[in-house]
Amino acid sequence: MSVVELLSDYTIQNVVAGAALLGLVSGVLGSFAVLRQQSLLGDTMSHAALPGVCLGFIIAGTRDIGSILLGALATGALAALVMLLLTRMSRLKTDAGLGITLSVFFAMGVVLLTHIQGMNNASQGGLDAFLFGQAAATLRSDLWIMGGITAVALALVAALWKEFKLVSFDPEFATSLGMPVAWLEVLLTVMVALAVVVGLQMVGVVLMAAMIIAPAVAARQWSRRLEDMVLLAALIGVVSGIFGALLSALSRGLATGPLIILSVSSVVLVSMTLAPERGFLWEAFRRMRARHRLRHQQVLTTLYRLAAHHADPIYRTEQGMLDTYHGLRTRAVLRQLERRGLAEWRDTPPDEPGPPRRWVLTPAGITEAERVLESLGRENA
Amino acid sequence: MSTTLHEPDLALHVEDLTVSYHSKPVLWDIDFDVPPGVMAAIIGPNGAGKSTLIKSVLGLVPAVAGHVTLHGRPYKAQRRRVGYVPQRSSVDWDFPTTALDVVTMGLYGRLGWLRRPGRRERDEAMAALELVGMADFARRQISQLSGGQQQRVFLARALVQKADVYFLDEPMAGVDATTERAIVDILRRLRDEGKTVIVVHHDLQTVRSYFDWLLILNVRVIAQGPVAEVYTADHLRQAYGGQIALLDQDTFLSEEAAAEAAVRAG
Amino acid sequence: MLTALLDNVALQIMLVGALVGIASTLVGTFLVLRGTSMLSDAIGHSIVFGIVIVWLITHQQSGPVQILGAALAGVLTVFLTELLVSTRRVKKDAAIGLVFPVLFSIGVLLLNLYARDVHIDTHTVLLGEIGFVWLDTVTLGGYRVPRSLLSMGAMTLLNGAFVVLFYKELKLATFDEALARALGLAPGLLFYGLLLLTSGTAVAAFDAVGAVLFVAFVIVPASTAFLLTDRLWLMFLYGIAVSIASSVSGYAVAVAWNVSIGGMMAVMTGVFLMLAFLAGPRYGLVAQLLRRRGQRRHNEIRTLAVHLYNHEGGPEQGEENVIRALGEHLRWDAAKAAQVVQRSSDQRLVVREGEALRLTSQGREMAREIFDPSGRRSS
Repeated sequence: MSVVELLSDYTIQNVVAGAALLGLVSGVLGSFAVLRQQSLLGDTMSHAALPGVCLGFIIAGTRDIGSILLGALATGALAALVMLLLTRMSRLKTDAGLGITLSVFFAMGVVLLTHIQGMNNASQGGLDAFLFGQAAATLRSDLWIMGGITAVALALVAALWKEFKLVSFDPEFATSLGMPVAWLEVLLTVMVALAVVVGLQMVGVVLMAAMIIAPAVAARQWSRRLEDMVLLAALIGVVSGIFGALLSALSRGLATGPLIILSVSSVVLVSMTLAPERGFLWEAFRRMRARHRLRHQQVLTTLYRLAAHHADPIYRTEQGMLDTYHGLRTRAVLRQLERRGLAEWRDTPPDEPGPPRRWVLTPAGITEAERVLESLGRENA
Repeated sequence: MSTTLHEPDLALHVEDLTVSYHSKPVLWDIDFDVPPGVMAAIIGPNGAGKSTLIKSVLGLVPAVAGHVTLHGRPYKAQRRRVGYVPQRSSVDWDFPTTALDVVTMGLYGRLGWLRRPGRRERDEAMAALELVGMADFARRQISQLSGGQQQRVFLARALVQKADVYFLDEPMAGVDATTERAIVDILRRLRDEGKTVIVVHHDLQTVRSYFDWLLILNVRVIAQGPVAEVYTADHLRQAYGGQIALLDQDTFLSEEAAAEAAVRAG
Repeated sequence: MLTALLDNVALQIMLVGALVGIASTLVGTFLVLRGTSMLSDAIGHSIVFGIVIVWLITHQQSGPVQILGAALAGVLTVFLTELLVSTRRVKKDAAIGLVFPVLFSIGVLLLNLYARDVHIDTHTVLLGEIGFVWLDTVTLGGYRVPRSLLSMGAMTLLNGAFVVLFYKELKLATFDEALARALGLAPGLLFYGLLLLTSGTAVAAFDAVGAVLFVAFVIVPASTAFLLTDRLWLMFLYGIAVSIASSVSGYAVAVAWNVSIGGMMAVMTGVFLMLAFLAGPRYGLVAQLLRRRGQRRHNEIRTLAVHLYNHEGGPEQGEENVIRALGEHLRWDAAKAAQVVQRSSDQRLVVREGEALRLTSQGREMAREIFDPSGRRSS
């Protein structure tokens, strides 16, 4: 089946649109979560959405997406607040607070799920699909709700952009400016629940953690500013969402959620390797060049110091002596210095003992050595 | 709060301030006044409550008792007249933002809700970066700046606040000599313009040369006033207790080292 | 007796639940103390990957080799997480949240692909079926013993032996890793041993409680114990007690309400945690609030004493050491000021003379103590 054919399929259109919405909202909100070191809060909130899904179902009496998502939003946000309460008001650390809330809320969800199954309600079918998501069952009406939630989240981020940015970077300074920092932080945290709600249908509660974290981490590698990072995270989220959804449609039978997660995680891997400035490859390259330059400077300044010590600008230095001094073979480095016109391999006058040719600094070499020494001196000052 | 001015002649007036962290008091009944147009240092041993005093004045840490006025009015009414430089270590420098961005943040309070920084704000921020000698690094990601450069960016962020009273929390900690000189020069210039500068400082050796007003603190006020009157061995001993012997030795050693270096250089 | 046990389904289920809790608490206590609780979440999820892989290779789901094989997936998660953190591109929490979903996703996709061969459905993966543990039995010495009971019993013994054998090493490595390293104790290796056992426990507990509820058994009883005591051995004792109590009460409630037994057991651990959080003797919320109130009141009195002491005999005494100053200078409202003065005079620290406030010698002593606890200063 070609991509064009795929895209004209009604079900697949819905899945792709849903995955794109999820990528968009989780990329944007995840960026803040990751930067505020609340990466795993998304994991806790998504697991904690399960009892909400069940409560929404019980209260509405049917599989009404609106009340289910509302329930998920409520318990997800509640879990975040319980987690804050546990860690602020007791000696429990953040990790324990996250783990406790995650597992106990999820357990409540499991209990409610079995309770609903016991009610023998015909319409309960597929409720536990929220565990892994059920992308293929996405309806046009679900999309409208997911789109609405995404729009609300994006509008809030746009309206409070500079406040969110400052609170994420330097909450203390934000307080000194008179911003309501506590409220902004609660808002940022609870908004992650919005992303979770959008993700329930697509990837399910278990894999949401990666949807929050991965686009943000990938985008971080390429960007210097929060503006770039958030836009890029949204883009990465959307693209890998669509890619995963299409892959799932092509494969017929492979779950959509895991494929989306694997797509976005691959982007993380590629970004961490290749991104300029922060990528591993670039770092290795930079380190190699720095080592190279340092070696050049060291040999050059040694020649200069020896000349200065002997008060002889054309002091002739033996190759062997440089090797011993630096503890390594300097010949290759000296050859490169020679090519740069900084040093010369000159004949020793016949009346002097020792090897027949020695190294001498050129005038350009002296200037360069002085420049290096001066800049070193500045750094040490 | 009342609208009548309370001690309007003082840049900062702290009265009977008591602050506690987790119900353990860290500052006891602090009375502290700073006249306008001085450069004041707050010194004291570790755990003396120096940073807490600043934070409490700025409303970052709640007080158990006491009150604070800036130029005669409570802080909340004077926010626009205050500039603040937190400790450099208080933020994550791996945050994706540029030097220019950080400085622009100093203008967020003035901008108010829903308004974005525009060209004017960027120009102001650029001018502040120029003042601290960091104009060339405006577009640089902050994680790539050295400690001293980061500190200058923080200072520039306070400068754009165009304040009357500046609070700086250990701005000279862990910075290189060039940056320290640059910071002191800028602070002096501010003082000469009639602004008030209040600095939490850790280096006893430079107190006399940098500052003209001094508060010696150790949970309570040990002494305060013009540096020349307050910086005495007796007061320091009261604040630092046994540690002062070490400090004396330190001063002595470093003077000797300096002399030696001078001889070598000569 | 053994026959009675093996005939009693309820008892078997509770016993398996209790063993899951005990085995998990034995390792979980150290995870909680080290601040690495969320690793159990990561491990719980990624052993799904391990179990599927082991199934594809050996076509067996239980047995010691299978447990070990699947447990290696848990260790792999931790290893990959630490590798990511060591690049300094990602913080620890983000690294955890990146690695386990990948392994979990691969596990689920493999299940999709080989669903006909693998007899695990994704539902059990997350929830477990503790109610059915008695159906899957092996014959041992003439008795039909539930497989889960055997594997959980073995994991409990193994974890117990590890904790007992390396008790002081684990204790030192948890509370002072640097010292442990200096003494040549290889805290890193110990930690990986602990995580291998955690993973093994997760695999063994998988049939009973699934991947996510397992997290509750690892973290919650240990955290409850952490709220109740400062002593390590008592933490184990309390944690084990909570595990047993949760299993028994969880079973009872689940049967009464006809809901998931494993889920209810995990919920009960949460109930015990909430109890400890609210009513714990020392670190409980109520105890803390009461203590804080006492301290706050005491501090108010001390604040007043110090204030009076500071201005005593000075030129501003008439302005500062009066009732009015408590409002104007300390910014206390009239009611609070009156209360503090009342309590201070009850304790004979302050005497009120009309508007003026004067320290008694006791009160003066108190203020002096605050400023100069060692009594060095003579002034």
